[in-house]
Amino acid sequence: MLEIRWHSRAGQGAVTGAKGLADVVSTTGKHVQAFAFYGSAKRGAAMTAYNRVDDKVILNHEKYMSPDYVLVIDPALVYVADITANEKENTTYIITTHLSTEELIASQPKLAGKKVYTVDCIKISQETIGKAIPNTPMLGALMKVSGMYDMDFFKENMIRVLKKLPQKIIDANMIAIQRAYDEVK
Amino acid sequence: MADTMELRDIEVWDGNMAASHALRQAQVDVVAAYPITPSTPIVENYANFTANGYVDGEFVMTESEHGAMSCCIGAAAAGGRVATATSSQGFALMVETLYSASGMRLPIVLNVVNRALGAPLNVNGDHSDMYLGRDSGWIQLDAYCPQEAYDMNFIAFRVTEDHDVRLPAIVNQDGFMTSHTAQGVKTLSDEVAYKFVGEYKPMNDMLDLDHPVTHGVQTEEDWHFEHKARQQHALMTIVIPKIEAAFADFEKLTGRKYNIVETYNMEDAEVAVVCMGTSVETAREVAVEMREQHGIKAGVIGIRVFRPWPLQQIAAALKDVKAVGLLDRSSPHGAMGTLYNEVSGALFNTDTKAVLTNYIYGLGGRDLTKAHLTAIFKELKANADAGKPTTPLQQYIGLRGPKLSFF
Repeated sequence: MLEIRWHSRAGQGAVTGAKGLADVVSTTGKHVQAFAFYGSAKRGAAMTAYNRVDDKVILNHEKYMSPDYVLVIDPALVYVADITANEKENTTYIITTHLSTEELIASQPKLAGKKVYTVDCIKISQETIGKAIPNTPMLGALMKVSGMYDMDFFKENMIRVLKKLPQKIIDANMIAIQRAYDEVK
Repeated sequence: MADTMELRDIEVWDGNMAASHALRQAQVDVVAAYPITPSTPIVENYANFTANGYVDGEFVMTESEHGAMSCCIGAAAAGGRVATATSSQGFALMVETLYSASGMRLPIVLNVVNRALGAPLNVNGDHSDMYLGRDSGWIQLDAYCPQEAYDMNFIAFRVTEDHDVRLPAIVNQDGFMTSHTAQGVKTLSDEVAYKFVGEYKPMNDMLDLDHPVTHGVQTEEDWHFEHKARQQHALMTIVIPKIEAAFADFEKLTGRKYNIVETYNMEDAEVAVVCMGTSVETAREVAVEMREQHGIKAGVIGIRVFRPWPLQQIAAALKDVKAVGLLDRSSPHGAMGTLYNEVSGALFNTDTKAVLTNYIYGLGGRDLTKAHLTAIFKELKANADAGKPTTPLQQYIGLRGPKLSFF
């Protein structure tokens, strides 16, 4: 069982990101689950979304999760949300920030000694999609760090997931995914 | 003619999307709805399908849930296939009309995405609304995951529209835990799905002007009792065999097998929990772990058909168990939980001497964790060994602050 927790603000696309990832993973024959906690929270409120991936049918519906990956798509949540909650020894963090990994850890000491990667998904999405929607670039970074799928396969499936969007936006998303893949450190 | 939609064999859908596709594939004549969290996406998606030409029927936006169900009643009496969806406070507002629908013997499919009832206001999942409807005369099916939310809708149409049944049917799914959780759903093609549901065959339809009929009449002490007795007779004797027949046909079509009472690892189980919704699946995973890691022979009973209450099937499923935990996801408000009372009633006149205890959990979407279930199974094992309750009869699980229990 692979488990992923997203930290986001309502409106940044974590639910769409989690569901998009589930959709892509499902095409490989694996079983998936994607859900979120948001209740009646307003746009901008801190929220979490979740993915589970397994070779067998996923029966576990508990919200409790001890994640393998923590994806943070809003830079400020590193300081205000409990992003290390229920972590494991080998939990990997991929964090959206304009800081370098060293600067980030210096500013948030509880990340010291952990597997931390950084990438500026906000900047990437602003420069490519034209809006601060950091969900798809984060998936590009996850592909690089996890080695889950090769980029051609992943992008091909993301095009299908995003098919309802205008072509221009889909193209911009593909550039954003590739940039985050290349830029994550 | 409505456009058909090409679906992949497995779509990653949440429970709401699964239910809305099932309604689309059933080609409902009238969906009258008033949106409410967490069921809103069902009618939102359905309205989208209708606007884009995937549905031939009417979509009616009403002024309230009371109006939505009233419109469904009118459309069903007129002679159409009818469905809607609601949750929580919206379901509560529908209650008056729910009794009308069942008393008038109208086939309607209602998706209830289970959510807490306020106050305090809460949009998350528990079974308060499901329990509120339990005496309303509706058939109540329960789905534990998005796949089942899809499948149970087809079963519901088949059963409710059967001319021997003519009783409305609710398909329950857990708010958020199913309705907003995306998982793989094995789909049917539009053609196969529609064929399973079948073409709608009206009965006593008001639009058949050559055969005038009256619906919704007044009967006082002269006939009211007889009408209610006939309604109960149909619900008690006809519905379960019809659901079983629909389950059998569905298994032939899809390979997915459903049962009135879903038993899991019950063959040699010493202890068992009885629950509904997503908790059934989580409990199944924990039951396996209890055997592998704790040496406790644990089983799980899932209630698939909550109404009519499958009294005999439940008694049979629990006959060799020594201790049972009844898990109610609704505030019992001054009583033991519903599953406790009804399972006790099912076992009382039998030879089973199982120790029964009640757990109240998950109100307002509070997480039911695997750790909670592990602790429950261990308590049940202690009850089984002692041959009597070793805990209070009703305990609150996952509650913060001091432990709360009664009796």
